[in-house]
Amino acid sequence: MDKRLERILPKVQKPARYVGGEYNQIIKDKSAVELRLAFCFPDTYEIGMSNLGMSILYHVMNSLDFVWCERVFAPWGDMYTEMKKAGLPLYALESGDSLSEFDALAFSVGYEMAYTTVLDMLDMAGLPLRSADRPALPPLVFAGGTAAVNPEPMAPFMDLFVIGEGEEMNNELLCLLRQAKREGWSKRDFLRQAAQIQGVYVPSLYEPVYGADGALLSVQRQEGAPERVTKRIVQDFDAAPYPVKPIVPSTEVVHDRVSLELFRGCVRGCRFCQAGYVYRPIRAKKPETLIRQGIEALKNTGCEDVTLLSLSSSDYRHLGELCDGLLDYCESRSIGLSLPSLRADNFSMELMEKLQKVRKSGLTFAVEGGSQRLRDAINKNVTEEDLLHTCRIAFEGGWNSVKLYYMLGLPTETDEDILGIAEMANQVLHCWRQYARNKNRGVKITISTSCFIPKPHSPFQWEAQVSIEEYLRRVNLLRSAITARNVTYNWHDAETSLIEAVLSRGDRRVADVIEEVWRRGGRLDAWSDYFSFGRWTEAFKVCGLDPAFYANREIPADAVLPWDIIDVGVRKEHLLREREKCYVSQLSPDCRKQCAACGAARLLKEGRCDG
Amino acid sequence: MDKLRLRFEKTGRAVYISHLDLMRTMQRAFSRAGLALKYSEGFNPHPLLSILLPLPVGMGSVCELMDFRLREETDLAVLPERLTAVLPEGIRVTEAYEQKRKSVDLKWLAVEGIFAYDTRDAGQMARELEFFFAQEAISVLRKTKRGMGQSNIRPAIREINFRPEEGQVRLYAVLSAQEPTLNPELLAEALRQLEQALAPDFARFTRLETYDAQMQIYR
Repeated sequence: MDKRLERILPKVQKPARYVGGEYNQIIKDKSAVELRLAFCFPDTYEIGMSNLGMSILYHVMNSLDFVWCERVFAPWGDMYTEMKKAGLPLYALESGDSLSEFDALAFSVGYEMAYTTVLDMLDMAGLPLRSADRPALPPLVFAGGTAAVNPEPMAPFMDLFVIGEGEEMNNELLCLLRQAKREGWSKRDFLRQAAQIQGVYVPSLYEPVYGADGALLSVQRQEGAPERVTKRIVQDFDAAPYPVKPIVPSTEVVHDRVSLELFRGCVRGCRFCQAGYVYRPIRAKKPETLIRQGIEALKNTGCEDVTLLSLSSSDYRHLGELCDGLLDYCESRSIGLSLPSLRADNFSMELMEKLQKVRKSGLTFAVEGGSQRLRDAINKNVTEEDLLHTCRIAFEGGWNSVKLYYMLGLPTETDEDILGIAEMANQVLHCWRQYARNKNRGVKITISTSCFIPKPHSPFQWEAQVSIEEYLRRVNLLRSAITARNVTYNWHDAETSLIEAVLSRGDRRVADVIEEVWRRGGRLDAWSDYFSFGRWTEAFKVCGLDPAFYANREIPADAVLPWDIIDVGVRKEHLLREREKCYVSQLSPDCRKQCAACGAARLLKEGRCDG
Repeated sequence: MDKLRLRFEKTGRAVYISHLDLMRTMQRAFSRAGLALKYSEGFNPHPLLSILLPLPVGMGSVCELMDFRLREETDLAVLPERLTAVLPEGIRVTEAYEQKRKSVDLKWLAVEGIFAYDTRDAGQMARELEFFFAQEAISVLRKTKRGMGQSNIRPAIREINFRPEEGQVRLYAVLSAQEPTLNPELLAEALRQLEQALAPDFARFTRLETYDAQMQIYR
């Protein structure tokens, strides 16, 4: 171990997260591999080690015997300070080697608030932030993840982006990088070649042109660059690689359990939800595959819990069969089974009883809108009746804690809708009084609101976000309407939501702001411990950009969007259609009732969308 | 099978695994090895595992002892190998046996330490360290159960000697493990408080062996 590191570790909190050495980590002989890849997660170890995508791709990339892929996370503030003091550069956990020894840095960026941390990790690795300032190859610096569906705000920093699912694309890219390294290609030649791989976006091949009003007019592309970059998907999801030997953290992380991914995509089409659109088409795993993988992973990790992941687990066609199969294994071994995302509408008593056998936790429902009209407008197909019915079953079954999630500032929202949230909380409370099996234990109803953020590739991508003042007015309206003692109200900070909206819909000029924030000390902005709104507003001023232009402006439907270059499968016409239906509060049936021909299915070469 | 004891090493990167995290790591390792631990009864069952002397974070050991119980009969001779195969880097089980001695019989711990001196002469340091620790009383301000207080750590040091090496001094000490417990880190802390000139630039320790009150090896 590096002597500097050894001396730092006793001074920082939870040093185990900075040393690697966990069970199931992959160690290779560095002299025997051709490419060393630093797989960077721009957040803490505890968050990154809870990320299934990170775990999948770690194993996928390490399946290439000429590649050694190692993990890198962002150090918490105390460690960051000590590393700076000691002059210790960022290093990878498996080997402890400094990132300067690596051929490629791959960033997994799931959320926009991680952008400053990406820059910070580049800097800690000793690399210039901007792709143009790194003329040599290696190293290659690239990024992927959900946030990359609008790559523009980070475009100047990355050599390329991988758009969509990385299981196949990443390894194609690494094969090309090996060839480039062997044959000594220039970076420019490599990037031109890489741009031919489906899903790879090379920003330096495109030049945005802005109009006098600041809006994006067009994008000029260099010869050979594809007109649009179509995201990659795994064609046969059932056969997709799944890590049955995941790394077992030696210290506590956020989600410390086996995670099984039931399906990708979502049949629902809630109009605010980016994930519901960008992960289409819907592809599911067979229950027997999931049961086999789950049991294998439980055996290989010794974990005490297994959880089912997807955007809407109760929409999995074989949920009962899957739960039965897993519980057969879990119950006798005291292993817990949990299901994080259930919908209030088809939550069944039977399912709840099954989960209850092992462990009982609180119930969480994402209701999103306070009135039926608003829920119809956003296509959140949940009725008050469904919710109360489910609560009744839950209270009768002995549950006594319910969390309800809402968004404030959704398109078409009125004060009446907001007051409806408080009314619904009262209804739930009334339901508890009527049906709770044991009233002595009391009830806890928690209402949480966040601020609506218009997201690229969702039907609401053109919508304006309400101003901070307006959001707070709505928060206070709801606050004053909640009177019951058993109802707690939490609201998400508005300032973070504004910045997230800017970064979500940002164009390439926003990169300057991100860099300026980092220069002023910004990192780990996803943490309220570190986020500083003042730093962001200052940076906007310095860069001559107005956050309201990006966040609070309704974008004309015919405008060129910074993320138009990315084709996620769903067609713009479909998004526009869905948006129009919002204004007349018209629901769209879920994909299984009726296919809306959104366009995502054309990404499938064979087989069909499971919608 | 009740009253079982495991002897294991915790070295290298594993020294940064905290006591609580180690308990979970061990629990999972048993599960991975297909060894079913006995659980406590009651509302919140937990596996019956207990480590005799919790090891401070950052300290290594080649003599850790842990008591456990198994639900089924198991061949103890092959158990160390089975567990080591499924443990993280740096944790190695060396022995598994039926414990015969109570944990209160464990009295002394032999430890090795490294005091790094980046700019000072190790030979001179070693001589002065011998002199310092030969004092009759060494009173250190330390955290106790009743808050901060002065305590004399000298009676808890049964034996201590120093050997100079390149840029560092290697120490060997036999310290009281229980009643009172002397954390070896206090040896360096005593210097920081009482003799700055001898305070090392960095110190690390490794537990070597466990003994009873009569200085017989304790298992």
